[in-house]
Amino acid sequence: MTIAYKADRQHMEITLSGDYLSFSDEEIRQKLFADLKNKRPATIVLNGQELGQWDSTLAVVLFEVIKFAQKHSLHIDLSGLPENLRHFLDLAFAVDRKPEATKLSRLPFLEAIGSKTLDIYHSSRKGSAFIKQVLISILKGLSGKAVMRRIDFYFAMEDASYKAIAIVSLVSFMVGLILAFVGAIQLKTFGAQIYVSSLVAIAMTRIMGAIMVGIIMAGRTGASYAATIGSMQVNEEIDALKTMGISATDFLVLPRITSLLLTIPFLTILADAMGIIGGGAVGVFMLGISPHEYWTYTWNALSLDNFLVGIFHGFVYGFVIAVCGCYYGIYCGRNADSVGLATTKAVVSAIVWMIVLTGIITFLLEVVGL
Amino acid sequence: MIKTAETSPIQADKITIAYGDFVLLKDLDFKVNKHDVFIIMGGSGCGKSSLLRVLTGLQNPSGGEVFINGTNFTKAEETAKNDIMKKCGILYQSGALFSSMTLAENIALPLQQYTDYSPSLISELVSFKLALVGLAGFEEFYPSEISGGMKKRAGLARALALDPEIVYFDEPSAGLDPISSKLLDDLIIDLNRSLGTTIVVVTHELSSIFAIGTNSIFLDGETKSIIAGGNPNDLLRNPPNETVRRFLTRGEK
Repeated sequence: MTIAYKADRQHMEITLSGDYLSFSDEEIRQKLFADLKNKRPATIVLNGQELGQWDSTLAVVLFEVIKFAQKHSLHIDLSGLPENLRHFLDLAFAVDRKPEATKLSRLPFLEAIGSKTLDIYHSSRKGSAFIKQVLISILKGLSGKAVMRRIDFYFAMEDASYKAIAIVSLVSFMVGLILAFVGAIQLKTFGAQIYVSSLVAIAMTRIMGAIMVGIIMAGRTGASYAATIGSMQVNEEIDALKTMGISATDFLVLPRITSLLLTIPFLTILADAMGIIGGGAVGVFMLGISPHEYWTYTWNALSLDNFLVGIFHGFVYGFVIAVCGCYYGIYCGRNADSVGLATTKAVVSAIVWMIVLTGIITFLLEVVGL
Repeated sequence: MIKTAETSPIQADKITIAYGDFVLLKDLDFKVNKHDVFIIMGGSGCGKSSLLRVLTGLQNPSGGEVFINGTNFTKAEETAKNDIMKKCGILYQSGALFSSMTLAENIALPLQQYTDYSPSLISELVSFKLALVGLAGFEEFYPSEISGGMKKRAGLARALALDPEIVYFDEPSAGLDPISSKLLDDLIIDLNRSLGTTIVVVTHELSSIFAIGTNSIFLDGETKSIIAGGNPNDLLRNPPNETVRRFLTRGEK
């Protein structure tokens, strides 16, 4: 299975004989095209009277030869090829089907920076408009004017409440345990291991409980919001809502955001309690503190201020998670890939915003002396 | 491996498709001849797409067997099934291109998977297949950057990547404008004529049926069976029953 050819500057004759199935002889292909380039014969004749079976691997060689001939205005004679092969090659050159479009090239460096800056500006405007819309929806919901199915709200409540209890409990218990371990290593050197209980109680109630719930809910519930709403976008269900005159924010975002805002304080309280129990396990079983003593120190360390600060953080995180999940779901693209991208963006941006807002809230509370 | 005496590209032997207790199609017997443009037609919900899923091995029939080139495809082992599937190309309704890959990567995938061709040959083959379907120069485009009709053509280029002996089309005209639909029909005829590819098309688009079909079966949802078969133009001239006549004349009384 080879391509035989004779070539000089005037004439090249390519003869095909036998079968050409899965023809992948790189050597002869390279030699043929090197000779074509070097000699540039005025006429190329393709001879295929003895050609047997063939497939695209032969057709592609001839396709490249014809393209070369066309590019350099060489005369090419295809009449020696079998009719079906000629017809097949004609198909590849059928101009009527060729679209007039070219891929946009990459932007120059400065333009790319400018374009990225504009993108950030537009997306921040889009984001703030979305938050405004959500707040309006919440007000509409409170006044009973929002179009929202009660069943959607119950489903969202279910998803953000008892279904999350197991994972929140487990993770918070472990965090309490780790905090106690880490604290004990230092406090032991001063003989002050009893204060492990205070450390865990303050840390869990003021911030750690809320943060753990926030991270868990961002990965679990926020991602699910983005994926569900994103799939609806791919499926044109959101367009259908809009054309029916129903606000997608009322119908899809409101039940999710309200359910998360309602359940997250309770999950934060649960996380606080489980963290304290986790710390207690280390205190009692590893540091030899009596349960009564541990509880007394914990109780003394607990303060309403810290507890309320933790709950407030939980509220903020709930809002951030629901907004990010729903925002990226609603502004998801129209293909399968974009749902994955929307989910990733929802989780990453929720966590980033949670950390940024924690910094701001901590600073403000410091200023007001809480 | 069980072989039948005749080796038609596709032979369905008493195919039954059921979902639980619900029987969709019962005891279908038909044969697709070499070089046929074979149309599977019938009203909505009669089981055309389910039959296509059975023919392409995506679903097992509840009863009966499918023979591809004489080999029992339904009862074949996974590897043997894959070997048979390599000789078949499928164009799905939406094109089913992988959205995270460029058109070139989409078409190169089966070539990289099943051949030992060099990267340069694969790249030339990809360009050639795209040119065949009229998408020369679109190698670096992503599916999201092209129109629905172009996605279908790119899907066809991927289906043709391994020079299949049989190409299945699921509703090729769905969602296309008349011109794009005609271009796709022409392409189907051209491929059939130049490569001798056996083509199976599931459709209820009358203009396509008459333009490209050389053989057909008509599925009926009520009797759950084939109620007519043959060249669609002959069926139009001499409809064997009222259901077929009304279908082929767009419901004329």
